[in-house]
Amino acid sequence: MDLFKALSKKRSRLLELWMQYQLADISLREDLMENEELRAQSEELLDAFLKAVTDKNVENVDDPTYEPIIEILSGISISRARQGYSPKETGNYVFSLRDAILQVWQAEFSNDLAVLFAATLKLNKLFDNLGIITFETFIKGREEVILRQTDEISEISTPVIRVWDNILALPIIGTLDSSRTQIVMENLLQQIVDTGSSIAILDISGVPAVDSLVAQHLLKTVAATRLMGAECIISGIRPEIAQTVVHLGIDLSNIITKATLASALKQAYNMLQLEVRKVQK
Amino acid sequence: MDKIPILRFGHFLLVTIQVDLYDRLALNLESDLIQMVSKTQARGVLIDISALSIVDSFMGRIIGNIAGMSKIMDAQTVVVGMQPAVAITLIELGLELKGVYTALNVEKGMSLLQSKISLPDEDLDNIE
Repeated sequence: MDLFKALSKKRSRLLELWMQYQLADISLREDLMENEELRAQSEELLDAFLKAVTDKNVENVDDPTYEPIIEILSGISISRARQGYSPKETGNYVFSLRDAILQVWQAEFSNDLAVLFAATLKLNKLFDNLGIITFETFIKGREEVILRQTDEISEISTPVIRVWDNILALPIIGTLDSSRTQIVMENLLQQIVDTGSSIAILDISGVPAVDSLVAQHLLKTVAATRLMGAECIISGIRPEIAQTVVHLGIDLSNIITKATLASALKQAYNMLQLEVRKVQK
Repeated sequence: MDKIPILRFGHFLLVTIQVDLYDRLALNLESDLIQMVSKTQARGVLIDISALSIVDSFMGRIIGNIAGMSKIMDAQTVVVGMQPAVAITLIELGLELKGVYTALNVEKGMSLLQSKISLPDEDLDNIE
């Protein structure tokens, strides 16, 4: 007797039970998804499940007949990750189907406990696998979100400001890694060309820590600016950063460094032979 | 064969690189330029690379060589108009062009050269 075949006849009962389990769950997120939508989604998955799973392939999730289930499950999992569902909620969604199936079986095969037990074991194993697949894609979806946010942060956090004729300032906020340095460097050099500026001030007050790699990135940026024919001043060096730089033995002696943006600006005025004065009244 | 023109401008030599520089051309430029420095007694060399979009390590070395050779013949070298992409490439290649002056454009390069070289007054008048 094929227990999974028997399920197909009980499709509507199964769907009702599953929906009941899902709706009874206290973590149901009505704010994220309408009940009708949830029902349609569940129906699609259930149909694929009933169509694919038989007694023969229940123990082999790698079987090609499982592809439609895995595809639907992955789609649901990824979209849930983007919508902001928690892993627990997504996990409960899949595992509540098992509970529904078990309940249907219990009602049908209560007279043949040996068959029921063997089938339950297989079902558990199958759902363990489906659960793992769900989590894998869920995490993948989350990682995509994180990656996109990282990109956005590095895009918006590198403005080049024109503080004066011929003077550019570039406040760097956040950790400097290779890819960000590349963006910073390109932005800065392009702005130097566009505005014809001869002095660039790199302000690192917003950089939480400077290690040898960050320092190397800074040195590269300064050297590239020099090659373009502009001078580079690094400002916003906090005491802790000065300490680490010296302890790491990084040589910044070839670069003009200033403690604050104000003193860097003063130095820039000096280099351009400009003078800031109070107006005599 | 292509040849990069070297223009004389008072005490300075002007080189504008308008074509893609391949190795042979770069080598010829190096020797031509040094010959010109010696022939004209130039005090400064200005190389405009604003049209150059691709450099390799060899090109970087040639520019460094020209600067070094000019220096021992008492002429300063200014490289002007480097493209951002070129600057990034040179830095990534580890070529910082030490000993070479750089400027954003020809105008700034010229005034830089003039400030580096103390010319007799009458000579300055001749230029202007």
